[in-house]
Amino acid sequence: MARYDRAITVFSPDGHLFQVEYALEAVRKGNAAVGVRGTDTIVLGVEKKSTVKLQDSRSVRKIVSLDDHIALACAGLKADARVLINRARIECQSHRLTVEDPVTVEYITRYIAGLQQKYTQSGGVRPFGLSTLIVGFDPYTGVPSLYQTDPSGTFSAWKANATGRNSNSMREFLEKNYKETSGQETIKLAIRALLEVVESGGKNIEVAVMTKEGLRQLEEAEIDAIVAEIEAEKAAAEAAKKAPASKQT
Amino acid sequence: MVAADSRASMGGYISSQSVKKIIEINPYMLGTMAGGAADCQFWHRNLGIKCRLHELANKRRISVTGASKLLANILYSYRGMGLSVGTMIAGWDEKGPGLYYVDSEGGRLKGTKFSVGSGSPYAYGVLDSGYHYDMTIDEAAELARRSIYHATFRDGASGGVASVYHVGPTGWTKLSGDDVGELHYSYYPVEPAIVEQEMTEAVVA
Repeated sequence: MARYDRAITVFSPDGHLFQVEYALEAVRKGNAAVGVRGTDTIVLGVEKKSTVKLQDSRSVRKIVSLDDHIALACAGLKADARVLINRARIECQSHRLTVEDPVTVEYITRYIAGLQQKYTQSGGVRPFGLSTLIVGFDPYTGVPSLYQTDPSGTFSAWKANATGRNSNSMREFLEKNYKETSGQETIKLAIRALLEVVESGGKNIEVAVMTKEGLRQLEEAEIDAIVAEIEAEKAAAEAAKKAPASKQT
Repeated sequence: MVAADSRASMGGYISSQSVKKIIEINPYMLGTMAGGAADCQFWHRNLGIKCRLHELANKRRISVTGASKLLANILYSYRGMGLSVGTMIAGWDEKGPGLYYVDSEGGRLKGTKFSVGSGSPYAYGVLDSGYHYDMTIDEAAELARRSIYHATFRDGASGGVASVYHVGPTGWTKLSGDDVGELHYSYYPVEPAIVEQEMTEAVVA
């Protein structure tokens, strides 16, 4: 088959790469995903569409591990995600082989972002339609990190971020409510952010927690329990707000 | 502790007595040269470049493990094409001191003491009999110096100057560079021989 060498992603007269911007649109239509970094825990949460009855939910894991100490969640085209994740997993192992050390979070993020950028500057291909949230602990220093990449190939580190559907509202919520947390508090913060835009309930959210020991996917029951706690706290806060007002009358 | 001689030979001809066989890859890593001089020099410089690029890309120094693996992988890819490199990569990184032996067959070994080159058996003899784990820096330097000296004494392809370097947490420093001929006489000074009084010629009247 003849090689395709015509570039698809080209500049517009006013300096835009429309294909990349359209890819970002695809991301905006994808599932909501949120990541929150704590002092000893990093939490990834993804919106789960209400499970179709006959589908085996275990085969649609939205939060995946790239290595023992790195996990990834994404928003956008899931098929593109599969390809990117496979390449990243190979790179994690390849790095272990060539320098006898596990990758750092920054390294693998740089690799994934580099890959996404390559597809905006190659012939015959379109950009990947997904933004990723990559979390992990540095294998030497033990420092937790959260990074985000997007279809243009840029990446940066975040204390907390959201991508996908309604990411702006989630990010606003996080900006207002973020503080340094650890353990259970970090998980609660992540779930609270997701609940801003997702229907309440354990079956609509998938949550995974990364600690120094590794990645742990939370069970539906666990998530339900935390959601219940959050609702109770919200109700208590509402009541506290109304109580002083009633005293005045 | 890293030490080396400085002789280069082409068959029976000594082409140089002042070759730098300890190559400074970067301020905290050293490589030694044995085998083909050109191959060692070129690939060590190449390794230095790769180490620097790693630092720039990853904002941290490369480990001795990583650096030695990079070199070993390159040499392995040229296996069978005639490269002749027998080198030791010594350095200090986050995990402490590191010493690896890497050769052009593609072999790579981690260890606590190595001797490489044509004079290596002679050096091993002295090194193995004098070594213990808790030596002081000066003791270790002297042991390294003696090992090189003894190799140059017995091996025709070794000679020149015995250089000794120390690798520590803040990087490497050159401790000494002594001509092995002078070392010989400092280790084995010559007793002044008793010469019989010579008879002076009788003056002919």
